[in-house]
Amino acid sequence: MRESIIMKIHYGTALAAIALVAVHILMRLTQGFAESLEYDSVIANYKFLPYAGMLEIILILLSIHGFNGLRVILLELKQGQRYEKAVSYGCVAAMITLIAYGSRTIIMVNTGMT
Amino acid sequence: MAQTPTLAEESGSTPFSSSQSITLRIARYNPQHDSVKSFMEFQIPYEKWTTVLEAILEVKKHFDHSVAVRYSCRQATCGSCGMIINGKPRLACFTKISELNSNVITVEPMNNFPIIRDLAVKFDRLFDTHHKIKPYLIRNDTEITTNTKEFLQSPEELEQYIQFSNCIKCGLCNSACPTMATDSSFVGPQALAQAYRYVADSRDKGKDNRLKIIDDSHGIWRCHFAGSCSQVCPKGVDPAMGIQLLRGYMLGFRS
Ligand code: HEM
Ligand code: SF4
Ligand code: FES
Repeated sequence: MRESIIMKIHYGTALAAIALVAVHILMRLTQGFAESLEYDSVIANYKFLPYAGMLEIILILLSIHGFNGLRVILLELKQGQRYEKAVSYGCVAAMITLIAYGSRTIIMVNTGMT
Repeated sequence: MAQTPTLAEESGSTPFSSSQSITLRIARYNPQHDSVKSFMEFQIPYEKWTTVLEAILEVKKHFDHSVAVRYSCRQATCGSCGMIINGKPRLACFTKISELNSNVITVEPMNNFPIIRDLAVKFDRLFDTHHKIKPYLIRNDTEITTNTKEFLQSPEELEQYIQFSNCIKCGLCNSACPTMATDSSFVGPQALAQAYRYVADSRDKGKDNRLKIIDDSHGIWRCHFAGSCSQVCPKGVDPAMGIQLLRGYMLGFRS
């Protein structure tokens, strides 16, 4: 992929994350901190689909942004054809793994596997 | 009998009548047989107008001719004498001792350039990256054949790039750039500023070509807005601004 397209995604995910993380924080402020971390309260949040969907989107946005950021750092740290290829594919793999692992939690709650 | 002048009396040297003097510390390093950089110290008298380059040449003339230093124009035009002076990349011929406000002046070779010897560094990478961005007008016609007119430009069009055409390829910006320090493939602020200089020239038709060259995993996006390049540029080129203006084309804010 062209680097400019990747970086447009990088800046775009950052901007979108600002908006969604703000909503996420505001939602958390509707309850006390300890209360919001209680088992039933956490399960209820995941079962409220619009909110769970937003958390999923934040997960995707920040996984893409974070691992692309890591790719950038690693590309600047060391150079070499094989190393750079490993960094690029490694970061995409880590990105997908993290999204899959986070999504698994949301899906498990909503399919009654808790 | 007419006396032949001794080396010290040769014309061209600054007449040092001053009682003021500084300690000039010169980094000595020969990659062929030294493992670390060492420093030699010299007491050099100076006047209000004495430049760091003149002080180094004084050392070469009277104390140690083997100090390696590159210079030519002595007037901030050729871009040869870039070095680290008291910790900051500067042109030795464009830096007066009196402006440094210090009794000790330390000169070292530029960072991010391989050292040939002492203060002289290799410019291969700078010339390669400069060449890579095609630093010339790209178009099919020419103004030197008969039946063609000169390519006219309005003062406003000139204003778009003229500041960036002042670059003398001294490499101080590349020496100050933190990305250059770790990314051996980064194209660097000097070449990026020149990419902007040609892209913004109304006579040039090579914009798409040039933008594609710098849109690479070690291209323009590896600039992280440190801005050190613009702080050290002796010609007011402002490479950091050129880079952001170029990004404007790539992100669709300019056309
Ligand atoms: C929503 C708030 C955020 C904004 C506005 C934001 C913005 C940015 C921007 C503009 C860059 C590019 C910087 C550059 O090119 O120099 C960047 C890089 C980066 N971001 Fe974020 N980011 C945010 C959150 C995050 C989070 C939560 C993570 C971790 C998961 C992260 C990880 C990174 C990394 C690792 C880099 C690469 C470092 C760099 O290029 O300097 N960012 N971010
Ligand atoms: S942009 Fe300035 S600092 Fe960089 S090479 Fe050109 S004149 Fe030197
Ligand atoms: S000697 Fe030419 S720029 Fe300093």
